[in-house]
Amino acid sequence: MASITIRDVTKSYAKSQVVHGVDLDIASGDFVVILGPSGCGKSTLLRMIAGLEEISGGEIAIDGTVVNRLEPRERGCAMVFQNYALYPHMSVAQNIGYSLKVAGVPAAERTQRIQAVARILELEPMLDRKPAALSGGQRQRVAMGRAMIREPKVFLFDEPLSNLDAKLRVQMRSEIRKLHRRLNATSVFVTHDQVEAMTLADRLVVMNGGRVEQVGTPGEIYKRPASRFVATFVGAPAMNILEGVVELDGLSLLGGSRRLPVPRVGLPVGAKVAMGIRPEAVRLVAPGSQGALNATVDLVEELGAGRVIYVDLDGAAFSVVTSETVHPAAGATVGLKISPDDMHFFSSETGARLDVFKASMPVPAH
Amino acid sequence: MEKRVTFSRWTVGILFAVPQLLLIFTFFYWPAGQAVYWSLTLQQPWGGGNIWVGLDNFRSILSSADYWNSITASLVFAAISTGLAMFIALVLAALTDRQLAGSRFYRVVLIWPYGIAAPALALAFRFILAPEAGFMAVVNRMWPGFWDPGLDGADAMASIIAAFSWKYVGYNFIFFLAAFQAIPRSLIEAAAMDGSGVIRRFWDIQFPLITPTIFFLLVINITESFQDSFGIVDIMTSGGPANATNLMVYKIYSDGFKGLDYSGAAAQSIILMLLIVVLTIFQFRFIERRVHYR
Repeated sequence: MASITIRDVTKSYAKSQVVHGVDLDIASGDFVVILGPSGCGKSTLLRMIAGLEEISGGEIAIDGTVVNRLEPRERGCAMVFQNYALYPHMSVAQNIGYSLKVAGVPAAERTQRIQAVARILELEPMLDRKPAALSGGQRQRVAMGRAMIREPKVFLFDEPLSNLDAKLRVQMRSEIRKLHRRLNATSVFVTHDQVEAMTLADRLVVMNGGRVEQVGTPGEIYKRPASRFVATFVGAPAMNILEGVVELDGLSLLGGSRRLPVPRVGLPVGAKVAMGIRPEAVRLVAPGSQGALNATVDLVEELGAGRVIYVDLDGAAFSVVTSETVHPAAGATVGLKISPDDMHFFSSETGARLDVFKASMPVPAH
Repeated sequence: MEKRVTFSRWTVGILFAVPQLLLIFTFFYWPAGQAVYWSLTLQQPWGGGNIWVGLDNFRSILSSADYWNSITASLVFAAISTGLAMFIALVLAALTDRQLAGSRFYRVVLIWPYGIAAPALALAFRFILAPEAGFMAVVNRMWPGFWDPGLDGADAMASIIAAFSWKYVGYNFIFFLAAFQAIPRSLIEAAAMDGSGVIRRFWDIQFPLITPTIFFLLVINITESFQDSFGIVDIMTSGGPANATNLMVYKIYSDGFKGLDYSGAAAQSIILMLLIVVLTIFQFRFIERRVHYR
């Protein structure tokens, strides 16, 4: 059990800077997921916490102790690697018990602790096997066992599920979650998979381009994305974004080809904005309905429980998720009804969230 | 499914194999067969006929103290030069793998010695290790009589071992470095997270994982130390002083072409061949067991 404090941490290689001043507080016992596209610096940040990468600037403290200059073994972290990194020449038991062997724990106690970990992870029948004789899921569990046996203060996960098939991934996800509830150790989990991130996290950290874009609970991040990047990165299918200009009584979208009557948004008239709307929040109505946008159906993806309808809005791609029993054919014209309450506004220039309106502004009667 | 070409008639397959078989036959089985034949006869030094003598050549060689001395010298040379060449290469490769400053530079530089012909490098070492000039002369000035490969057999042996090892350090280095770099970095990092220090990681993780390469190099180095040593011995010591560096491969040459004892030399080649075969079988039987193939 330990808290992690990250203060203005940067990482630069010879010529390029990959992490730009990250600040983050991780409470003791929290399960924090760092989410971001590849190359956003999330793994680098994790490896700096682990001690596998040097910290170029700033400070990382675990449990109040600054660890910048400490070796990985002195930091009390355990790590689960993406490709598991099991020692191929050692049996499962030797793999799990290696850290104890290095620490000089007597053989009898070692065996006992290996057995205990193997029992939790259901690895008992394969303790004598080599990693090559295990399936992907089993290897994953051995990697978990190797981290668990040390009873670390902090668990670090570097995309540990990305090498598994979809079904196993879902299963391991819930196992990791259960394990965390049981051990209650501070965990930092890095992934580029937003479903994984949403389901695992107590708190979610979204990173992009070496910076933290937003920190919050998965619900907060879904409902109130702090930037255009977060809005389009979290949620599947991605949030629709339409560029527009604020007018007196609505929005002029897509270079003026469409108008959407919106009550005053509290933004200055003439401001250039990106209007975001989640595909789940769009309703399909009869074409030509009051206040709806007409669009042509491009493609319908059947998901069983619902479908994703991709439409063309004057050349802009736009998607709608619907569970209603409407089955528009490709080429048909549909109406899209967008409620002002579901709209997100981002600055066209900076991508930052703009919300000075809605609840605070009374909607004037027309 | 593996793609495999099959021929409807076996004769077509044989035709494809013929060029290779012809080469192996001409350059290996034929000469080897000739050597076996000569070793069982007494050849006249200036040609023209021979007498069948059965195993007499072998009997006379194996009862000669000179020959046993040559075997001992060869084994000492093989053991020390292989050990030295492999140990130094292993250390250099391990350091290079850790990406110390300048590792790109020695990666290239260390490969060069292997490209130098044995007699050329032997000539260089003859100058470097000469007792009357150069580095060893300085040592001799401090401890007079310390170094004289022309008179002291041990010094002469040390000289040829130094020259041979120097050449094979480069060769071994390439293989060791490739083996180290084939180990995923995350394994080393995982061991670091498990609390293992640099030296411990080397013994617990890296060393076991490069055992296939160590085994391969052991077989190659020992075999080459019996064969590739000829040029070095010829230029540096000519087998002297007092036969101290008269390795088996050099003795074959000097007995055969200088002493004109073709039959005795042929018998010695057969014995050398058998010795290498036996050593290789021994290595495969007893050392390969400790190798972890991935």
